[in-house]
Amino acid sequence: MSRKSKGSNEKLVNGLRSVAASLICILAGLLIGFIVLLFIDSKGAFQAILTIIKNFFNYPSGPAALKYFGNTLVKTAPLLMCALSINFCYKVGLFNIGAAGQYVVGAGACLYGALGLGLPWYLCLLMAMLAGAIWGLIVGVLKAYFNVNEVISGIMLNWIGLYLVNILLKTVKEETSPYTKTIKSVNPSALLPTAGLPSLFTNNRYVTIAVPLSIIIAILVWVILEKTTFGYELKATGYNRDAAKYAGMNGNRNIIVTLVIGGVLAGMGAALLYLTGFEQWSVTQSSVPQMGFNGIAATFLGGLNPIGTIFASYFIQHITSGGSYLDKAIYPSQISDLISSIIIYLCGFVLFFKQVMAKRSAARSEKALLKQKDEEKEPEKGGADK
Amino acid sequence: MILLIQYTLIFASVLILVALGGCFSEHSGVINLGLEGIMVMGALGGALVMNALSTAPAAVTILVTTLTAGLSGVIYSLLLAVACINFKADQTLIGTAMNILATAAATVIVKAINMASDPDNVSATINYVDAKKAFTVSIGAFNFNWFMLIALIALIAAYVLLYKTSFGLRLRACGEHPQAAASVGIDVYKMRWSGVLISGLLGGIGGIVYITASVSEWKFETGVAGFGFLALAVMIFGDWHPIKIALAALLYGFFRALSNVYTGFDWLASLHISGTVYNMLPYIISLLVLMFTSKNSKAPKAEGIPYDKGIR
Repeated sequence: MSRKSKGSNEKLVNGLRSVAASLICILAGLLIGFIVLLFIDSKGAFQAILTIIKNFFNYPSGPAALKYFGNTLVKTAPLLMCALSINFCYKVGLFNIGAAGQYVVGAGACLYGALGLGLPWYLCLLMAMLAGAIWGLIVGVLKAYFNVNEVISGIMLNWIGLYLVNILLKTVKEETSPYTKTIKSVNPSALLPTAGLPSLFTNNRYVTIAVPLSIIIAILVWVILEKTTFGYELKATGYNRDAAKYAGMNGNRNIIVTLVIGGVLAGMGAALLYLTGFEQWSVTQSSVPQMGFNGIAATFLGGLNPIGTIFASYFIQHITSGGSYLDKAIYPSQISDLISSIIIYLCGFVLFFKQVMAKRSAARSEKALLKQKDEEKEPEKGGADK
Repeated sequence: MILLIQYTLIFASVLILVALGGCFSEHSGVINLGLEGIMVMGALGGALVMNALSTAPAAVTILVTTLTAGLSGVIYSLLLAVACINFKADQTLIGTAMNILATAAATVIVKAINMASDPDNVSATINYVDAKKAFTVSIGAFNFNWFMLIALIALIAAYVLLYKTSFGLRLRACGEHPQAAASVGIDVYKMRWSGVLISGLLGGIGGIVYITASVSEWKFETGVAGFGFLALAVMIFGDWHPIKIALAALLYGFFRALSNVYTGFDWLASLHISGTVYNMLPYIISLLVLMFTSKNSKAPKAEGIPYDKGIR
């Protein structure tokens, strides 16, 4: 009984340390962002960093702020899904940078399903998941059977996916612009159901079941990883592929399954954004969308924990959206990307931060122990003197 | 046809420079996934200098641009060295962060500079059309580019340095078995630092070569389109060996060049394949190539593992 409580206590302390380390990363990232703002234009720098942090609170009226809070949530859902994809794979020892490409093919599949094939939303969603799964499957097979580094194959597939999707979606674009047609005008049945959520956000019709769905999936991912044999097997493969094999687990199969799940999560993320009608795809797009890469930031900032990732995803999206409120005549809105990339970089030091904290607390408890011993000895000494 | 050879050579030069950069870093035991970002920073430094030097003599332009690009790469690679060698951070994570950071930072810097000189110019584009002329010499229809020579020199220097000097032997020892290297008195940290900084130098120069290869202005929002990763694929295909890397780079350069010049070939143009397909080619080919070459990888054995003095 007491051992168990000690174990959970340690877990709690470790969790608190993770939160503290993440907060250090955030503060340092914001500080560096502030310094960059100072360099660009020192007068408005403080106001500018406040603008980024405030995001939708920049709107003075409550209903307007609430509406734009909805917009931030709409974009948090896909980010969370990408982050979960990377998180899930990382737990199995795989760095799924291909999430960005899985997201891209997911976007292509669901938009083509909606605009080209006229399918209802749940089939479009399924198509996006399937497309992501195939992209993940390729990385997984290459890794498991051909020993190809998943980061490099993932990057290659990101670009291949981008070009393929551009070709595919050219068939459903508006005649006069490079953007795909709007789902609302072509096939409203492909829009995600709103389940009455818009009324909570001043009739923001882009707030759909995507938001609660992504949170439920985050919890599901946590349960799979922490509470099931399946998750345990996958993680064991991540720790030591040979040992897992020796224990009778199929390492190659586990790697492939992991990346397929990662692909499904990222592909679904794209559907959760594009099927709300919030954004249209530009077929002349020449760079892979940031979403997949921001997912890396959210995952590591969330302490590689699916629940922590929910909050981290929201934070990353919050400052990314906040960046768009900057006065564009003075400050580039990419400052937000800069801040989140600095946060990712600093996350590399999280292990180091945690070690320092552990060392300090170990030193403290050692000191306390010594003090306690001294106090115990003291009366004896006193007694001997007499 | 000459145009195809010309583009093949210039893109191969980029890949040779950057892949050699990756080669130095990995032989010392550090995986440099941040090459993409290092290229962006090198390109930024070089492009800013070229923009400023539009009227200088050719020799000065070439020298200053190359040095600035290389130096920018070296400075940026410090981020990798400090984090991964001294703080034992995850090399994949840091490399990825550097790639994202480079594009974001370059965009912010260029926009800030553009807006300071002209409040209406909010683009992230640098123009270097005048200075670019300094780099090319026309030999008949062939436009020789001085960067091709620089890549060749880097190739020979890399081969000599890695395989004919004691420095190279020590560097490679640190990538194979750092503890063994340390036991005979080699300073592993110092060697890994050298490996990473050399990769910064070569990656930085590769960056400026890439953006000047076919265009005369660059939009920094696009980064370098995965070229740093293509270079890593070239390095793997080339078995971490400079000469084989050069051959692999020529092959990749050829496919990359096709997308620039395919319209000039009647039979290719008559196939009516969209330009996008040609853009995809290098990536598809590198996937296929990696599939057949990664199985018997000759990668340095200790790459990717932070050096810890306490481990035997």
